[in-house]
Amino acid sequence: MSRKPVDIGDPDRLYTVTGGRSTADDAFDLVTLIVSECEPTAGMQSEHTRILTMCRHPTALVEISAELGLPITVVRILLGDLHAMGKVSARHPRAAESVASLPETALLQEVLHGLRNL
Amino acid sequence: MGSATSELPVQRTPLGDAAETGLKIVVVGGFGVGKTTLVRSVSEIRPLNTEEVMTQAGQGVDETVGVERKTTTTVAFDFGRISLNQRMVLYLFGAPGQERFWFLWDRLFSGTLGAIVLVDTRRMEDSWYAIDRLEHHRTPFVVAVNRFDDDERPHSLDEIRQALALGDHVPMVDCDARVRSSGKDVLITLVDHLYAMALSQEGTS
Ligand SMILES: Nc1nc2c(ncn2[C@@H]2O[C@H](COP(=O)(O)OP(=O)(O)OP(=O)(O)O)[C@@H](O)[C@H]2O)c(=O)[nH]1
Ligand SMILES: [Mg+2]
Repeated sequence: MSRKPVDIGDPDRLYTVTGGRSTADDAFDLVTLIVSECEPTAGMQSEHTRILTMCRHPTALVEISAELGLPITVVRILLGDLHAMGKVSARHPRAAESVASLPETALLQEVLHGLRNL
Repeated sequence: MGSATSELPVQRTPLGDAAETGLKIVVVGGFGVGKTTLVRSVSEIRPLNTEEVMTQAGQGVDETVGVERKTTTTVAFDFGRISLNQRMVLYLFGAPGQERFWFLWDRLFSGTLGAIVLVDTRRMEDSWYAIDRLEHHRTPFVVAVNRFDDDERPHSLDEIRQALALGDHVPMVDCDARVRSSGKDVLITLVDHLYAMALSQEGTS
């Protein structure tokens, strides 16, 4: 997994959020759905608390970023930590069994079907 | 500004617990072409904004500080969401077509199903760069012409195809980004196109 240097804007605030780190790997896609595996606990970093609360229902990384008002990279770092601690699980795009085995045409047919029903 | 859409706190609408696969489609186009309007018209949530940042090492050394100069790139974009069924959710991104945005394409939009290039015929040149970059990234796309009422000499799709030097294989469609059914037609045009491409690939492999 490649790590790329990133400057994350307002240094003071983001230093606290990420513990000084400014690189994230791209393991989490913008539309990876994050699900909490536990409840927030007292004394937890406030961003962790907010993520665990939001992700009681599956929530895409990009929605977490918008809700927290933090850049994608910073959210990737936060999620990496929570994931490493087993506090969240990740549903990666097309990794689910029901989709992974689908040929591209069948997947697109499902998308079309969904759009036509809008 | 039409794009300042997520400033008021709004009640979030969570996805269903069975949601397991997120998919992406990107809408690109010049300033004010109607990207946010299109996203809003088909989205089940109010469009949200977020951003990504990236630092590039600059050339040379800043003599006053003695450190390498860096430039920070911030790219803001908005997005909406369509639950296709219990398991699949489609995210629709509205992204500016300017140069610095393409620098982040892979980090944001790799794996995207396809793209919609939104065109304002009064400023067609704004779309050239986006089309060039999508071809470079081998991202399949369709061109949607957002018709504005004050366009004094509306061009036909054929004229626009010529002006944009688009191959015959690229589908084109008229739209009114404000109208939900029109936005839906644009999405279906894209996915139909993707389906036809996938079908012919399955046929040859
Ligand atoms: N007449 C007409 N007006 C439109 C249409 N689509 C968008 N507009 C208007 O055009 C303006 C710009 O639309 P936006 O959706 O904000 O455009 P945008 O591409 O997101 O703009 P930026 O994010 O600022 O680059 C808004 O005032 C819209 O109401 C359309 O199809 N017809
Ligand atoms: Mg906009």
